[in-house]
Amino acid sequence: MTKRINTVAVCGAGGTMGMGIALVAARAGHRTLCYDLSENALANANKQSRAFLQNSVSRGKISQQDMDDTLARMSATTKLGDLAEADLVIEAIFESLELKQSLVRSLDDVCDASTIFGSNTSTLSITQIASGSAHPERVVGLHFCLPAQLMKLIEVSPGLLTSDETTAAAWAWCEASGQIPVRTQDRPGFILNALLVPFNNDAIRAVEAGLASPEDIDRAIKTALGYKMGPLELLDMVGLDTQVLLCEAFYASTLDPRAAAPPLLHRMVAAGLLGRKTGRGFFDYNTNAMFGA
Amino acid sequence: MGYAIMSGDGAARFADDAILAGGVGYADADVVVYAGSEFAPDSDKRLILIELGDECLADHVGEAGLPNVLGFARYRNGNDPASPLVELVRQEAHGDEVIAAARAFFEGLGLTVVVCADRVGRIVSRLVVPKYNSALRLLDDGLATQQDMDLTCKLGLGYPDGPIERVCRGGLEHHYARSKALFDVFPSQTNAPARQAIVARRRSLGRPQEYEA
Repeated sequence: MTKRINTVAVCGAGGTMGMGIALVAARAGHRTLCYDLSENALANANKQSRAFLQNSVSRGKISQQDMDDTLARMSATTKLGDLAEADLVIEAIFESLELKQSLVRSLDDVCDASTIFGSNTSTLSITQIASGSAHPERVVGLHFCLPAQLMKLIEVSPGLLTSDETTAAAWAWCEASGQIPVRTQDRPGFILNALLVPFNNDAIRAVEAGLASPEDIDRAIKTALGYKMGPLELLDMVGLDTQVLLCEAFYASTLDPRAAAPPLLHRMVAAGLLGRKTGRGFFDYNTNAMFGA
Repeated sequence: MGYAIMSGDGAARFADDAILAGGVGYADADVVVYAGSEFAPDSDKRLILIELGDECLADHVGEAGLPNVLGFARYRNGNDPASPLVELVRQEAHGDEVIAAARAFFEGLGLTVVVCADRVGRIVSRLVVPKYNSALRLLDDGLATQQDMDLTCKLGLGYPDGPIERVCRGGLEHHYARSKALFDVFPSQTNAPARQAIVARRRSLGRPQEYEA
């Protein structure tokens, strides 16, 4: 019988992704424990959650009662011991294998033996993260898309030792929470990033090779393929420093040359051209000008 | 600006577009569009446009180029209807004026113009062909089902269709040709046609046991 999930804990709930995941869980009717090391981050996430839900009320997506109920189901804590009652713990902490292994190891001592651990990693191996736990059979990949509170997709990835029961319970939870799960193997980048990271790198290499301007590359992709965003404006939104981190994780485990960070990406990061967050990346957000090779 | 269409038996298909109906005769045209017919230089014409397939403009005019001759391609996903995108191919011989004239010509037909260097695959194929090959190989490797791979791209990235449904819908044999053309010039593993495309190519030729097409 599939495990029933009543209480969900989110580790890293003070971050953007963790906040979104917590909203998904609470909105779906679960008691939701929001855990983070930083009280300030949790307070800020609570403020953002309220603002998001208030906007949903204003737009008629949910009622005021829905909003109040959702917030009432959420509680914040900086004590890992408070996660003892969780049936499902989803981690969305910093993308570090050591940190994630350490977290699942600590949770072994806190949670019930039947608690499921979901990892929101985008590039790390579920099997490797699970190796930090004495119960690797209960660790499964649950990769949400940003912003989690709006995006329905969850990539569900069992590791080598993940039990069928764990995968089935995680899958059922995704569906019961109104999300749409897809199943992938435990491979670097799963589906989404395995296709996206090298594609975005190819777009950077096209700029570097002088094939066309960033503006024309994005316009070509959007016009020809019907994508909502071009690869370069998407990179600017994600952050070029984040793309470097994705490349480092992805290339190290695949040795796929397309996954290696292009030289132009390194140069732009060195120059502080990180994208929207610094006002300039492939495009200049102060003057609407664009960066060319 | 009056234009003439020089159509022929080549792979280019711009002449088939209803969008270009109503041209004038060659002698009266200041813009000449070569769509699948053999190009002939004419320095008296304001603008000559050669529709390109998987080749370079340099194949027709040499690397130096001719000041009034540009290349273009209207992007198509294999058998799918043509997209509104026109990739305009520029060489060093071209000044801003001739680019502006070509842009005005295509935009006047309601098309969206981008300008790129004279490279095989231009912008779109150079970026999507490796992605489609990668998706096909990941499918072969059992990463996920085709349905889940396509669904992931649609839900996670907002694409109107998934990479595998798109490349299959356009025709894997067309993908093979485009991929092979890219691989000849940029011989990376991901430009090499994926197994499914090679199979489709062999089947389309009626030579299922042949390795070299």
